[in-house]
Amino acid sequence: MSAALDVENMPSQPHAVTPPPGSNERRLQRRMLPLVSPSVVLLLIWSIVPLVMTLWFSFQRYNLLDPTVTGFAGIDNYDFLVTDPDFWTSLVNTLVLVGSVLAITVVGGTLLAVLYDQPFLGKGIARVLAISPFFVMPTVSALIWKNLMLHPIYGIAGILWHAAGLQPVDWFANYPMWSVIIIVSWEWLPFALLILLTAVQSLDHSQIEAARLDGANAIQQFFYITLPHLGRAISVVIMIETIFLLSIFAEIFVTTAGGPGNATTNLAFLIYSRALLQFDVGGASAGGVVAIILANIVAFFLVRAIGKRLDI
Amino acid sequence: MRSSPLKTLLTTLLGWIVAFALFFPIFWMVLTSFKTELGAISTPPEVFFRPVITAYQEVQARSNYLHFALNSILISVGGTLVAMLLSIPAAYAMAFHPSHRTRSTLLWMLSTKMLPPVGVLVPIYLLFRTSHLLDSRIGLIGIYALMNLPIVVWMLFTFFREMPKDILEAGRMDGATTWNEVVHLLMPLTLPGMASTALLSLILCWNEAFWSLNLTSSSAAPLTTFIASFSSPEGLFFAKLSAASTLAVAPILVFGWISQRQLVRGLTFGAVK
Repeated sequence: MSAALDVENMPSQPHAVTPPPGSNERRLQRRMLPLVSPSVVLLLIWSIVPLVMTLWFSFQRYNLLDPTVTGFAGIDNYDFLVTDPDFWTSLVNTLVLVGSVLAITVVGGTLLAVLYDQPFLGKGIARVLAISPFFVMPTVSALIWKNLMLHPIYGIAGILWHAAGLQPVDWFANYPMWSVIIIVSWEWLPFALLILLTAVQSLDHSQIEAARLDGANAIQQFFYITLPHLGRAISVVIMIETIFLLSIFAEIFVTTAGGPGNATTNLAFLIYSRALLQFDVGGASAGGVVAIILANIVAFFLVRAIGKRLDI
Repeated sequence: MRSSPLKTLLTTLLGWIVAFALFFPIFWMVLTSFKTELGAISTPPEVFFRPVITAYQEVQARSNYLHFALNSILISVGGTLVAMLLSIPAAYAMAFHPSHRTRSTLLWMLSTKMLPPVGVLVPIYLLFRTSHLLDSRIGLIGIYALMNLPIVVWMLFTFFREMPKDILEAGRMDGATTWNEVVHLLMPLTLPGMASTALLSLILCWNEAFWSLNLTSSSAAPLTTFIASFSSPEGLFFAKLSAASTLAVAPILVFGWISQRQLVRGLTFGAVK
């Protein structure tokens, strides 16, 4: 879907026109079918079969531990889900996590992109260091932050707090959601920086120069030239990040396990615990359907927003 | 545009402070991995110390690190290989012989990436259980190949589109079959693009931590799952955790550095170049 953006820009669009029947090119196109179809068929199976199964299970009574629980459940699983306060908490947690990380990474990424577009000493190395966190696997980032950085006694934060004469904070006990947000933002800020920096660098610098000669100061240059130029790239960053952030799992799994209580249980973690800890297939599937709908709503709005921007 | 020396000095300072702050956790992890367990939790922390490699030795001796590293390599390379083999013919067909269906096919492929994995966790888990694919490398290779297929097709498509059509047409005039055209002309000529596509796929497979955590436990567990085992309270050894993490992160970090520019194209489906 996000591809809608680029299809408009595809190079040499003209040769995509349908050739007359029986022509040489038409024959070639038909010969291409066996080349494309393996990918298409496999992706079709991959995207349809589990989806239909999730839908099916969500209307079934099905518990892996209790084989006597069987049969059609109607909307019981959904009913149970929406009357469960844990579900609403997890929904709010999901939105808080996605919203906060998006705000931090997009604003931070934009500012850093402008910074790393300026000429300075050792820029190449500094940039490489700055984007590195994106390549660290989620379980490593989570454990490094939990133990080496935010640990109240042995972590860097604890030591700094102590040095400043303050009472060390047990981050994961007192600010669990913020701790998760910090970890996830650290992973995704470099992503935003990497994408937005590429976009900034494609800006025609003569425009900035012209604005400068017209007396625009640095802040005006940023808001009237750089930011509008980045609009499309920012939309892309928001969309891609949202899709990944809606299913954040590993960072929560290895740090808080959804706790304390359900303070950091997002939708992904709730579904996981229903399915693989409580073995409630029906209930977990109902949650899965909600997750799919949520992702589709976000995708729909974002694609539309981007499409609109494109028509200009 | 010339900038004043003061401005350059300030940007240099700021740029390096930001870079150091973002890189600090990684730097600290590497530093800690060369400490003793006791040194790793000493307060105030040791910055200058005699580096030892005991943590690395213990990680291998106690938990058979190489077993998990080998799983990571086999699964990532396997998943990437399968995805590439499926994608090269598809991307070739769509880039050089597009039909009126090509655009919608590409968009649809991309839309399959929008499905949140957690939405299909239950059926995939049950399917894997009944077909004895739980904790198997083959199962994970299949998932990773399908997971990355849309991105790989897209990226290859954009690289193939940039190649002049005439070269392939000349080959066809000389009687080259489709196979020869792809293997002897297209693949050698777009080697850098194919390499960076494969690299992105490798990075994504290596760091994937949803399916690996849920579908593997020991015999097929890659490094993501292995590192997660350090989260238990009895596994809380900072030096060993750091050593295992450093080994797990280092190769992919280098790959990432090498291919950062090409990654942008793959990660945004060609929307930002």
